[in-house]
Amino acid sequence: MTTLTAPYRPQTSQEPALASSSEVNYLNASYGVKSWLLTTDHKRIALLYLMSVSLMFIIGGLAATLIRLNLLTPSGSLVTADTYNKLFSAHGIIMVFFFLVPVVPSVLGNFCLPLMIGARDLAFPRLNLASWYLYMTGAGLILWVIFSGGVDTGWTFYTPFSSKASHTDVVPALIAIVIAGFSSIFTGLNFIVSVHRLRAPGMTWFRLPLFIWSLYATSIIMLLATPVLAAVLILVGVERIWGIGIFDPALGGDPVLFQHLFWFYSHPAVYIMILPGMGIISEVITCFSRKNIFGYKFVAFASICIAVVGFLVWAHHMFVAGQSAYSALIFSLLSYLVAVPSAIKVFNWTATLYKGSVTFHTPMLFALGFIGLFTIGGLTGLMLAALGLNVHVHDTYFVIAHFHFIMVGGMVMAYMAGLHYWWPKITGRMYPEMWGRVAALIIFVGFILTFIPQFVLGYQGMVRRSHIYDPQFQVLNVLSTAGASILAVGYALPLTYLIWSLWRGSKAEPNPWSATGLEWQTASPPPTHNFAVQPVVDCGPYEYSLQSAIATEDIDEQH
Amino acid sequence: MTNKTASPWWHHFDSLEHQQETTTFGMWVFLATEVLIFGAIFTGYTVYRSTYTPSFEAASDRLNLLIGAVNTVVLLTSSLTMALAVHAAKLGQTRKVFFRLVLTAVLGLVFLGLKALEYYGDYRDELVPGLAFDPAQWTAPKVHAGQVQLFLVFYYCLTGLHAVHLTIGIIIVAILAWMTRRAAFNSRYYAPVEIWGLYWHFVDLIWIFLLPLLYLIGTRDRWL
Repeated sequence: MTTLTAPYRPQTSQEPALASSSEVNYLNASYGVKSWLLTTDHKRIALLYLMSVSLMFIIGGLAATLIRLNLLTPSGSLVTADTYNKLFSAHGIIMVFFFLVPVVPSVLGNFCLPLMIGARDLAFPRLNLASWYLYMTGAGLILWVIFSGGVDTGWTFYTPFSSKASHTDVVPALIAIVIAGFSSIFTGLNFIVSVHRLRAPGMTWFRLPLFIWSLYATSIIMLLATPVLAAVLILVGVERIWGIGIFDPALGGDPVLFQHLFWFYSHPAVYIMILPGMGIISEVITCFSRKNIFGYKFVAFASICIAVVGFLVWAHHMFVAGQSAYSALIFSLLSYLVAVPSAIKVFNWTATLYKGSVTFHTPMLFALGFIGLFTIGGLTGLMLAALGLNVHVHDTYFVIAHFHFIMVGGMVMAYMAGLHYWWPKITGRMYPEMWGRVAALIIFVGFILTFIPQFVLGYQGMVRRSHIYDPQFQVLNVLSTAGASILAVGYALPLTYLIWSLWRGSKAEPNPWSATGLEWQTASPPPTHNFAVQPVVDCGPYEYSLQSAIATEDIDEQH
Repeated sequence: MTNKTASPWWHHFDSLEHQQETTTFGMWVFLATEVLIFGAIFTGYTVYRSTYTPSFEAASDRLNLLIGAVNTVVLLTSSLTMALAVHAAKLGQTRKVFFRLVLTAVLGLVFLGLKALEYYGDYRDELVPGLAFDPAQWTAPKVHAGQVQLFLVFYYCLTGLHAVHLTIGIIIVAILAWMTRRAAFNSRYYAPVEIWGLYWHFVDLIWIFLLPLLYLIGTRDRWL
């Protein structure tokens, strides 16, 4: 391990004051359960979140495993129809509200945002801890609901089924989601205020790393969309408890109104899930191709643009719900529009790779996987936004495959990229590089094998949310289940070697990737107050050299 | 938001002013969220009101306008006392801050008391869907009992959510009054009074929308 003399320019030209801080860091500054459960340190709260969301991911993944096992045979020999309904509801609710929405902002965002803007903490540390407790309350409640009998409404809670017909514990599930929603509102509030008010001297808006821009855009959506979900779920709860038909056509209510309000949150929520992932990709692609990002301002404003336009496309989930032809037309058009900023990002990442000194470390492998899978997910999204085709594949596995390409192929890949990229900073330990690369490849292959067959299945007419299917679909379903088991191995690997690395991984240097961001200009792991000396920023976030052969050699030497 | 062990502001702020600006900004951002949570229910209300206008007007006529009007005056006055409390806080007049905060909280309690009285009256008039509701009352042309129930549900959801907000406001204003008594604020450090003042005015503002939308949309051939 040599000291890096790579040609890159950190965002601050100050010599990092590491000597004194390398001994005491945020992990060993204090011990005991209380020092964790009552911490206001954003880094410790990030670790609390990391453990909670990982647990939720595993439980949601188990539900998915049972679903795929059941679909091995056309007759659905594993579980009954009722249990199947509860399984896909549990999978959807946990993965959407308790994993995908919070995971990157609450874990990596919480950890990195203050470090990357050169602050000592988030603006409201106690509110940050309160968000975690809200999340845990919601998560505990939803797990109790799921293990004490489950809900069968799907994650969308469509009325009047959820409000009248379902005989499961819908109301506690609604309460759990509303509570978790407030957790994400408070996280978003904290991020927005921190980015506005806590940037280090010299950290102008256009020197912010793109991960911060994407978290900022995400926070806008969290703040403005989540309350609408809370309101509509409260209305469903009121309707269910008192038996009044707010959304019940028999009493003059309008179920389509529920769908409008629900998707007013839940479509922007898709961007809550994907935007932070895009931010991670911008960090990783620049670092591992040793190049400045192509078109910084375009990528930054594309995030804001996605956040804004994302609010205007919700009714494309309702093309067959009886909206007028004109509104369907407009929402179709607007849905095409949101592809423009997404495409800008993909093109700019590709242009960044062009003539860069690309090295294939684990984060980079995940990032490249993201670009490919996200592009497929995005393009099939355009197909779904086309009115005619949407009617053909509505409520089929085509839709399932599409959003899993975005959510799993996109978001989870990006999360994995970010987790590996910042793992040395978070834990002070390197993960085993070889196993990381193997895991990235296995996940990529397993993912493709799981979900490509589902595109075909959906196009041929296999409907979603059914525990049985026509025997002609069996071959593709078996392929998909086989892929899912490869995917499961792929996810089990990082879980194992990352935990292993906590004790046995080699010690990480402050800046193992020769990266430019402020978070790398302090010790690994950082001291409690992040920086020994307040950093002063004097250049942009991605000042990597084009002639960076030395830099990449140095990275390789470490492994 | 003081950290009493070290400096009078949290370690991650540069100065007390920096902290005050930041917390104030945080409250504004939070209020944006609040606008949306009420906004969603207002949207639902508006959809049904435009679809079922006669039923909504007929149901609106049955609400107790007298209490609604008195409550409006009570709440507006509480906003005045809150604003005066903030003003006094800026000048460091601790005694005035204390009395004005107490007055604000008391006015909030008066509002809630009157609201409870009004709910009880609504219950006796059989205007509570699910608990006490008499469909036979609603026989006028173009008026349907189901649609009347929709109006009433939105009436209870909106005023109920408003009352929850007000209750939280009263508790916090009471705590602030207690803190004032304990000399927690001075002319340099008064941000909590100011930001919860913002919250209080917001809750007041919601009521300004609720009064016309719920009580005044009908024809009102009789007043009580």
